[in-house]
Amino acid sequence: MMGGTPRTVGRMPVGTRLALMVVAEMLLVLGVRSLPAAALATGLVTGAYLIARIPLAHAWRTLRGVVFIAALVATLQLVVLPWERALLIAVVMILAVAIAALVTLTTSTTDLLDALERALQPMRPLGVDPERVALTIALTARTIPVIAGFGSRLRDSGRARGGRVGVVPYAVGLVVLTLQHAERVGEALRARGVDD
Amino acid sequence: MLRTETEAGSRRPPETPRSTSTDLALIASFAALIAVLGIVPPIAVGLPVPITLQTMGVMLAGLILGPRRGALAVVVLLALVAVGLPLLSGGRGGLGVFAGPSAGYLVGFVLGAYVTGWVREHLETRLPFPLAAFTAAVVGGIGAVYLVGIPVLVWRTGADPVAGLVFLPGDLIKAVLATLVAVGVRRALPDR
Repeated sequence: MMGGTPRTVGRMPVGTRLALMVVAEMLLVLGVRSLPAAALATGLVTGAYLIARIPLAHAWRTLRGVVFIAALVATLQLVVLPWERALLIAVVMILAVAIAALVTLTTSTTDLLDALERALQPMRPLGVDPERVALTIALTARTIPVIAGFGSRLRDSGRARGGRVGVVPYAVGLVVLTLQHAERVGEALRARGVDD
Repeated sequence: MLRTETEAGSRRPPETPRSTSTDLALIASFAALIAVLGIVPPIAVGLPVPITLQTMGVMLAGLILGPRRGALAVVVLLALVAVGLPLLSGGRGGLGVFAGPSAGYLVGFVLGAYVTGWVREHLETRLPFPLAAFTAAVVGGIGAVYLVGIPVLVWRTGADPVAGLVFLPGDLIKAVLATLVAVGVRRALPDR
């Protein structure tokens, strides 16, 4: 997914990475309560991005959404809060996303999926079947382009009739095509013995 | 009227604890549908959180698939988002969104789909379908989603809880749309 991203966080196992992420998030949310602490945390997170050699453009593309929202929130908070509080809230908000996003930026989707499947193994006694979960997730990823194709077909046929398709007819068509597709896929899965 | 509703309900395969391959296909297809409704923005505004029909997709998952399969469709979508696919409205994805101020809404989507399906199932024998569907979409798709979303938003931003209500007008419109879509789907596929 994230094509040209260097994945050079040593060869730290994905599980370790995720555990570190959780610890870092907890330290951030529970421990960073002053501007000096926030400055230290910002330094550490920036250092981690540098060590992972995340290109600035990638980091920005991942974080610009939260930066925008944090700036908006901080500006609104200035009315009711001292500027130090408003700034602290904004910085913690951005760092929380930055820490979690670092895992995504340095770990392939495949590795994360494998980690997810492994994490589900202990839930077998609760009725969770990790292989079926993995199959459903893989099936969903392959179905997205199919459904998106249905969507453009509906829009095209609307244009061909000389108008734009309204939201409701568009969504009704999309749901009906989706349900019919699911029925065919369900039959194909049953034919391949997925229920056995 | 009451009778036909009940019969229509019993024609649907009962929800078993272990998903059959039909359930699996429905869950995967609906997860994909919610993703597509978030990617293709019919209403683009210049904000980082664009107005898309993704929330309507969550409501529809509950209305059309029922509580269990509807909630599972949302869980599967969130799993794909967590492993890095940019499937949330505005092309957001990755673990970062689960650490952001709107993370509560994502968890709320799961509860929301479940409650929407549950309320519809319990009301549709008592109320005309459109009314049952609309009530379900409002209670589940808005009430249950906000129940998780707003406290997290307040915790992470220090904002007033009332700030979480800025999305209410848009979400009410989506509940109306979800109801109209559910009615349309029912008309197109009467045996579902």
